[in-house]
Amino acid sequence: MLGYLDHAATTPMRPEAVEAMLPFLSERFANPSGAHRPAREARRAIDEARDVMAELLGFEPGEIVFTSGGTESDNLAVLGVHDRRGGSVVCSAIEHHAVLDAVVSRGGRLAPVDSQGLVDLDRLASMLDEHVTLVSVMAVNNEVGTIQPLEQVAALVRERAPRALLHTDAVQGFCWLDLPARTAAFDLVSVSAHKFGGPKGVGVLAVRAGAELAPRQVGGGQERGRRSGTHNVAGIVAMAVAARLTATRRTDEVERVTTLRDRLVEGLLAAVPGLVETGVRSGSAGPDRSQKVAGICHVCVPGVESESLLYLLEKGEVFASAASSCSSGALEPSHVLAAMGVPRSLARGSLRLSLGWASTDADVDLALEVVPPAVERLRLFSEGDGT
Amino acid sequence: MRVLVAMSGGVDSSVAAALLLEQGHEVTGVTMRLWGGESDAGCCSVADVDDARRVAQQLGIDHLVFNFSEAFEERVVSTYVEAHRRGLTPNPCIECNRHLKFDRLLSRAAALGFDLVATGHHARVRTLPDGRRRICRGVDGAKDQSYVLYMLRQRQLQHLVLPVGALTKAEVRAEAARLGLRTAGKPDSQDVCFITATGGREAFLGERIPLRPGRVVDRTGREVGRVEHVELVTVGQRKGLGVAGGGVPRYALSVDVPGATVTVGERHELDVTELDVRDVVWSDLPVEGELLVQCSAHGTPRRATITLVDPGAAGPGSVRVRWVAPSRRVAPGQSVVFYDGDDVVGGGVAT
Repeated sequence: MLGYLDHAATTPMRPEAVEAMLPFLSERFANPSGAHRPAREARRAIDEARDVMAELLGFEPGEIVFTSGGTESDNLAVLGVHDRRGGSVVCSAIEHHAVLDAVVSRGGRLAPVDSQGLVDLDRLASMLDEHVTLVSVMAVNNEVGTIQPLEQVAALVRERAPRALLHTDAVQGFCWLDLPARTAAFDLVSVSAHKFGGPKGVGVLAVRAGAELAPRQVGGGQERGRRSGTHNVAGIVAMAVAARLTATRRTDEVERVTTLRDRLVEGLLAAVPGLVETGVRSGSAGPDRSQKVAGICHVCVPGVESESLLYLLEKGEVFASAASSCSSGALEPSHVLAAMGVPRSLARGSLRLSLGWASTDADVDLALEVVPPAVERLRLFSEGDGT
Repeated sequence: MRVLVAMSGGVDSSVAAALLLEQGHEVTGVTMRLWGGESDAGCCSVADVDDARRVAQQLGIDHLVFNFSEAFEERVVSTYVEAHRRGLTPNPCIECNRHLKFDRLLSRAAALGFDLVATGHHARVRTLPDGRRRICRGVDGAKDQSYVLYMLRQRQLQHLVLPVGALTKAEVRAEAARLGLRTAGKPDSQDVCFITATGGREAFLGERIPLRPGRVVDRTGREVGRVEHVELVTVGQRKGLGVAGGGVPRYALSVDVPGATVTVGERHELDVTELDVRDVVWSDLPVEGELLVQCSAHGTPRRATITLVDPGAAGPGSVRVRWVAPSRRVAPGQSVVFYDGDDVVGGGVAT
């Protein structure tokens, strides 16, 4: 879809993944928990998918728990560990709500981030002690795209909080990062298929052997009792296909999408006066984007309201987002930008253009054609501030 | 014309959108998310957004959601709380119209390229021979909402359409039923959207300001009773004043919040001959002379003579209302609206 710049919300499915799931929606429909041959065939399909996900996440097959997606994986990690082990839980202040709200519901603490959107290691260290049972820091922030220093987090936690399990919400990370290289020290890793060309409604929580957690969903005892419920066979099979393609093409894709993203953000910075790029460190040679994933261009447009801007972009066939949406579809103020210390007046004009495997030069051209005049128009019409 | 219809999820705005579509306009619906907290009566719960969206889907029009909850908190909720703290009787729906629907939404609509904004209010926009516009009472007298639109001025009226003002409520429901709209049988919202039926004003205000007990005294200063929360007493109120039963009914004549005292008197003592109105706005030019004056949403309009106080002053002016026949005291903070026949010419806030 030309103009689709919202890959961080969801990606179009890779055609190979669509192809792979179709038989499991028709003739290969059996329940993998059954005892007959069709059931065993379905079982084999998910076991093979399990092997793929284990390899790509750097876990053993028995450590892969299939879930319904990122939110379930995050909830299971945080709440499941706390239910089993008690103690106190800590996460970064810029986690997705699936982690953040779970941590807050257990009276947990939030580690601040710096103005670039990276977790503040000193402040995190000050929250760690022998009572902490779980520390959760995301691999990549979903709004501004910053890559968190997971190796340093892990070293800190092992030193200061010896009892703590380490969880990372890697939902936005799998596309862009070689996770096993960064999460070797982590006990729990969440991913979601629809962020990397798979279908919605399926994901993984990888659980290192020995990391005990209480199930959130009980019943038939699937997934070694860690997550009951009939398997989403078609989704699981398609996820593995999408994951394999993503991993195989990752190096090339990161390079290709980085070029697209840099052209997009540089073009916007040149065309829109006052534009502020988030998640970067300013250096003498221009902004340093080395701590951001390739797919995310996140900016704040002073003097403009995100909701209005998104509407004008949509009219120009550019589909983007701002902060997270609530269930009504209204935009909510971003807790991520607030935690980074971005003033509310600036955060009101946030815009996230996110690219992925389906993005092309034509998408970037269209955005560069549509965004600057939209901003110009909104700046001409000053919106009432409710006075 | 490109029309943005404010859709609350109720039947009136649903039908407004349908009528505009039938008239050939290019229609887009929008639901404003105003109040993020607990709600059961209002126009901004997630369930109401769902209803608005589903009606828009049924009509085949786009539906947007704008989050104005920060401005709502600042301009409507805080103002409401502050007014109660001072012992006034505020009307938050009017402040919402003033600051959100007809300022914030209207200016955003213009920025997004819409020619007109429509709402489901039961009132009409009338064009005078010289092109000026006025809010006029809706056809259905019992449902007329012109009172809550008094703050609209020419720059707003030129861009406003009120499609259901020409219909009775029964006709609106019949139209919704004819079109098969899911909101056809939905009950009208009655109360302030951020006050829940279970907690009421007391619970809402109690979380935000101290509510203090007060003395109830007669005009001689003699204590005749006590009230639990002096901030919640309204001038003209009879019930809940802790005045011993029997005898002549007593009414609140005035509320002194700093002194935590409510002064009560008999019914006839509520009658006054004059009323001062502040922060007056006019639909175009100020009007003096004999007009009809209405002091609550469904109150009876009464004849009075209007004179401007200090007409040369900058900013919103003040007006003195002299009733033709003595009229009941108006609670300070209430909106006072001036009508020329069925047309709204202006209004302000009772002092």
